[in-house]
Amino acid sequence: MNLSLLRSALAAAALVGTSTTILAQEITGAGATFPAPIYAKWADAYNKATGARINYQSVGSGAGIRQIKAKTVDFGASDMPLKDDELAKDGMVQFPTVIGGVVPVVNIKGITPGQIKMTGQVLGDIYLGKITKWNDPALTALNPGVPLPDSAIAPVRRADGSGTTFIFTNYLSKVNPEWQSKVGEGTAVNWPTGAGGKGNEGVSAFVQRLPNSIGYVEYAYAKQNKMSHVQMKNKDGNYVNPDEEAFKASAAGADWAKSFYQILTEQPGKSTWPISGATFILMYKSQEKPANATNALKFFDWAYNSGDKMASDLEYVPLPDAVKSLVRKQWADNIKDASGKAIAYK
Amino acid sequence: MAATLPATPYPEDKKMERTQPQGGPPPARRASPWIDTLFSVLTHGAAIFTLAMLAGIIVSLFIGAAPAIQEYGLSFLWRSEWDPVQNQYGGLVMIYGTLMTSFIALLIGVPVSFGIALFLTELSPGWLKRPLGVAIELLAAVPSIVYGMWGLLVFAPILSTYVQQPLQAVFTGVPVLGALFSGPPVGIGILSAGIILAIMIIPFIASVMRDVFEVTPPMLKESAYGLGSTTWEVVWKVVLPYTKTGVIGGIMLGLGRALGETMAVTFVIGNFNQLDTLSLFEAANSISSALANEFAEAGEGLHQASLIYLGLVLFFITFVVLACSKLLLNQLKKGEGSRS
Repeated sequence: MNLSLLRSALAAAALVGTSTTILAQEITGAGATFPAPIYAKWADAYNKATGARINYQSVGSGAGIRQIKAKTVDFGASDMPLKDDELAKDGMVQFPTVIGGVVPVVNIKGITPGQIKMTGQVLGDIYLGKITKWNDPALTALNPGVPLPDSAIAPVRRADGSGTTFIFTNYLSKVNPEWQSKVGEGTAVNWPTGAGGKGNEGVSAFVQRLPNSIGYVEYAYAKQNKMSHVQMKNKDGNYVNPDEEAFKASAAGADWAKSFYQILTEQPGKSTWPISGATFILMYKSQEKPANATNALKFFDWAYNSGDKMASDLEYVPLPDAVKSLVRKQWADNIKDASGKAIAYK
Repeated sequence: MAATLPATPYPEDKKMERTQPQGGPPPARRASPWIDTLFSVLTHGAAIFTLAMLAGIIVSLFIGAAPAIQEYGLSFLWRSEWDPVQNQYGGLVMIYGTLMTSFIALLIGVPVSFGIALFLTELSPGWLKRPLGVAIELLAAVPSIVYGMWGLLVFAPILSTYVQQPLQAVFTGVPVLGALFSGPPVGIGILSAGIILAIMIIPFIASVMRDVFEVTPPMLKESAYGLGSTTWEVVWKVVLPYTKTGVIGGIMLGLGRALGETMAVTFVIGNFNQLDTLSLFEAANSISSALANEFAEAGEGLHQASLIYLGLVLFFITFVVLACSKLLLNQLKKGEGSRS
């Protein structure tokens, strides 16, 4: 009897063994939560189209970078681009996949989306705790005729470390000198004021619940929850509403040919949205498992070719074609197998 | 000598007479002697495995926290800044938040649980006992994130509108109390986290208390009633002294849960890493909440090490709580036999 037990156990072990060899086709990535919905959508469509499986774990940009450094995944994903020298040190390359925007949203009775105008200076002062009332002269001067209430501003921000916070604080650091010296930029910063919500959903729940609050969320959340966004003044001095065109304009202005280290905040241009950002994929230059790298590049190539519609549906902005061809060129130039041959993905 | 509680609640007349053994022991019916050995090895293994795991966790926490320990040493415990941009870390805000929310939770949870247990064992009509008892035990099965969402979406606005704003209106300008109730009128912060925690630990404490109250021998209670005691006197002077060990155990169980609770607290505490005021309504942070929020995005280096250091501190706090409760129980045991 014991022998038969042993036999069935062995058989089960053999089964597990074979199933892992089948799963070797599967490639894994981990990182940023911001692009996770579109990566999941792409992976699903790609699986239906080709049968290959992409497993993406949205664990956060920092954890994604840790995992790719530990080589437990085939690609990492981060909302915060790594500096070129840091990439070179670890022998990695990065490339953008989609563009998104961060949108300040408010909850004031009687205020409609886009009715309030703000500058980066004012937004920074609110989050520094210097502007505490909605009818502060700095705000009424920008919004003549708008019925701003005489009540305290309740600032809301992300409690967890996030790429959204990085884009937001990077923008504030560029446009508000006091913010830069006191707080600075990062995925998590030492907030001088405000309550923290967990994730975009936490912040939007806070803002929707608290009267007279202001928060910042990804564009998709603001749009899907029909929240009242504000108009921001961009570098050229125009007040713009956040939309796909405005994010695209920000991406067009960046010098992608020089480096993929591009943060798309406060970009020049007539209609740019000043708080935009791209999200990035990290891969090793020298691939120990060329088969996996081939599969990964095939996936991203497929996504660039046929994933734009899906990205737009989920309120992300696809990359301009010029940037895509730059990315493909970088793949050919930099991602190699052990013998130094470029990874084929066509 | 003062009157004592009986040392053996077992009635005298039920004691069994010792019987004389007849003949020798039956032959051992061991089919395979190695099974005994195997069983012994397995049980020893399980015990050692637990110890090894505990030791492993402590060692890996120390290794992970080493950079922060080298940088700050014990001063980490009273440094209040937490600035990932400047790479400056200190744990005071989170430690204060953890201890304060747990304290509020106990302050509310213990009397309420005591009331529930008292009602269930002494006052409740028979038909209500079971459904009420089951309902309380079911509360313990609600996932903590549900309490968190409920706290954020339902409870915080109510607390803000009907408690915080009236209190602020009354006490603005009053020296100590005014500061205690200050803060933005959003209904999240230390107090709401404490109240949510209280709701979460009540089922644990209440069901332990009920169970131990029920094992009080009826003879003792009925004697007290027979001497003319009120229900309150019976509970306070007979049931509670008889069950104090179990009651304290239940409270410690609740405290342990309150100290380590993560998701529900994250939702309602506000996650604010500054200690400007001691107001009950000010957003704050707790150790477990800071870990949950920041760990995924913390880069290697001091940030990550400081978070692990915080984890080590929480481990230590829990250990101290456990040790204190054991000491307290020992003290109580010494006192047993004399009138409490």
